[in-house]
Amino acid sequence: MRQADIVFALCLLVLAGLVAWESLALNIGWGINGPEGGFFPFWLAVGLGLCSLVILGQAVWHAAPALHKPLVAPGGWGPLLTVAIPAIAMVALSECIGLYPATALYLAFYMRWVGRHRWPLVLAVSIGLPLGSYFLFDKWFMIPMPKGLWGEHLGL
Amino acid sequence: MDAFTNLVMGFQIALSPYNLTIATAGIILGTIIGVLPGLGGANGVAILLPVTFVMPHTSGIILLSCIYWGALFGGAITSILFNIPGEPWSVATTFDGHPMAKQGLGGQALTAAFMSSFIGAAFAIILVTFFAPLIAEFSLHFGPPEFLGIQLLTFSAFVGLGGASPTKTIASILVGFILGAVGMDIISGQLRLTFGTVELMRGFSFVVAVIGLFGIGEIFLTVEEGLEFRGAQTALSWRVVLETLRALPAYWKTFVRSALIGSWMGIKPGGATPASFMSYGIAQKFSKTPEKFGTGVLEGVLAPETAAHAAGVSALLPMITLGIPGSPTAAVMLGGLLIWGLQPGPMLFKERPDFVWGLIASMYTGNVIGVLIVLLFVPAFAAILRMPFAILIPVIVYVCAIGAYAVNTSTMDIWYMLIFGVVGYFCKKLDYPIAPMVLALVLGDMAESALRQSLIMSQGSPLIFVTRPISAVLVILSLGLFVSPGIQTLLRRWRQGAARQLEARTEL
Repeated sequence: MRQADIVFALCLLVLAGLVAWESLALNIGWGINGPEGGFFPFWLAVGLGLCSLVILGQAVWHAAPALHKPLVAPGGWGPLLTVAIPAIAMVALSECIGLYPATALYLAFYMRWVGRHRWPLVLAVSIGLPLGSYFLFDKWFMIPMPKGLWGEHLGL
Repeated sequence: MDAFTNLVMGFQIALSPYNLTIATAGIILGTIIGVLPGLGGANGVAILLPVTFVMPHTSGIILLSCIYWGALFGGAITSILFNIPGEPWSVATTFDGHPMAKQGLGGQALTAAFMSSFIGAAFAIILVTFFAPLIAEFSLHFGPPEFLGIQLLTFSAFVGLGGASPTKTIASILVGFILGAVGMDIISGQLRLTFGTVELMRGFSFVVAVIGLFGIGEIFLTVEEGLEFRGAQTALSWRVVLETLRALPAYWKTFVRSALIGSWMGIKPGGATPASFMSYGIAQKFSKTPEKFGTGVLEGVLAPETAAHAAGVSALLPMITLGIPGSPTAAVMLGGLLIWGLQPGPMLFKERPDFVWGLIASMYTGNVIGVLIVLLFVPAFAAILRMPFAILIPVIVYVCAIGAYAVNTSTMDIWYMLIFGVVGYFCKKLDYPIAPMVLALVLGDMAESALRQSLIMSQGSPLIFVTRPISAVLVILSLGLFVSPGIQTLLRRWRQGAARQLEARTEL
């Protein structure tokens, strides 16, 4: 976990640098309307940079005992990835075929291959839930969900 | 008496059939959200925020606040029956609640938890009713420096009282502000921190951040730990409910103490969690049988629940009067107000009394409806957690995706949600607190404009924050809170040093 702490602090440092760089382009001084656009983000970035340096220093020289535990519990990566990868796939799919069909596939996949549920239940939930939410959001609340690139051809 | 006439008007709004239906729906949804892992008050409110766009503002806030009450009740159910605190402030409830459930006293524990939540909330609501107009009136004299002072106090409270590493807390706050600054500059209209991309022009929506950080991040944590929900069985019979209710008046002292602690702590940001622990500790100290705490005593359930609910309610007091939310959930509600075009703060009381008093009156109705619903339907809510994990998780991810998408109807936001989820997971692991980050993201624009307006007023001199009396007090208080963790460590070291010296001397 100590390495992760150091990496995370480095990421914050890079973020601070980027933000400071972008703010400098906007002027951080005093303009006609008082402080200019870059003023606030610039000082935030300076503060963040200082914080990340302190965190880095603490992690390198004075690592707290809690930091010596592994970042992810043993055997934790498997379940984590079985949640993360299908979720990413679902979002990617919904860009193409729309949220509802993507969700139906996602639910079916997850219930059948991760949960090993019986097909009738899998089909009932994975078709029923997106269908129900279609009527709830698209019809009742008038919030159209993403239909994806091919959604129009599906007639939704 | 002004408050009284206003309250009557508020009740006329809150008791309309439409708003009562909304409140009931909010409580039911909120309780479900509170029971589900990965969904809590803050992201429940965030997910359902888009739904309120089609409602009148007052009904919208009633829905959101009722989701909040429901989530508070739901947290108690999971803590007692499953030993899983749905929210950080229900952790203390598990200490005695779960042992009671294991001994077959789940019904008693639940009834006591619900009733004490109700009592704590009622106490804090009365407080809000009478103090809100006073604070609003007082804060009418506030200018930008004072508002910045209050914000400073809010964030320094996280640093001083939050319990996480102070440097990491400050880093979280700064990241939140930076994320909030992305997009259009509110004063000059310039585009900022977009790195030349179109995607970043809109900035980051706090709704997406909340859903990702709290919701998706929490799911990752839950599956990593491989939690399985094996709860104690419960059947809440009316006999048990009535018996428990009869036993409660004997604990009136605990109620009063805990409600006071909760209301006081709740006004400060992040106060509900320390309030519940503090109240538990104090109840134990005052108890005649302190050694029984932790084995399943009724008082150990009453104390934290009363305080947590009182704190949850009083967190709304600074939100509506000053525009400073006392909890992440209140922060999301505040963000909702801003999206609806309402400026929270003292002027809201003048301009939209119907909104403010409708909300306050709905706190009364919402909590009455809430306690009735949870008492009646506990088994149904508990059954949700018995659903297989392989169904729950994709459903929760789906609900989160809908919420993230619906705010701005942009699929990009669903990707951001996933990224925030991963970030939230690592933040939790590495002890970066998330709540102050969310608060900073919501308050970013307000803090920045307060800062820049103050500097314009003083023509660039930062001395304006200490020359005005109210802001000077606020700044000094916040500086005190900022340095308090450092002083505490120094004191501890000093005491340890003294103890070591003493040991050395006795050895001689």
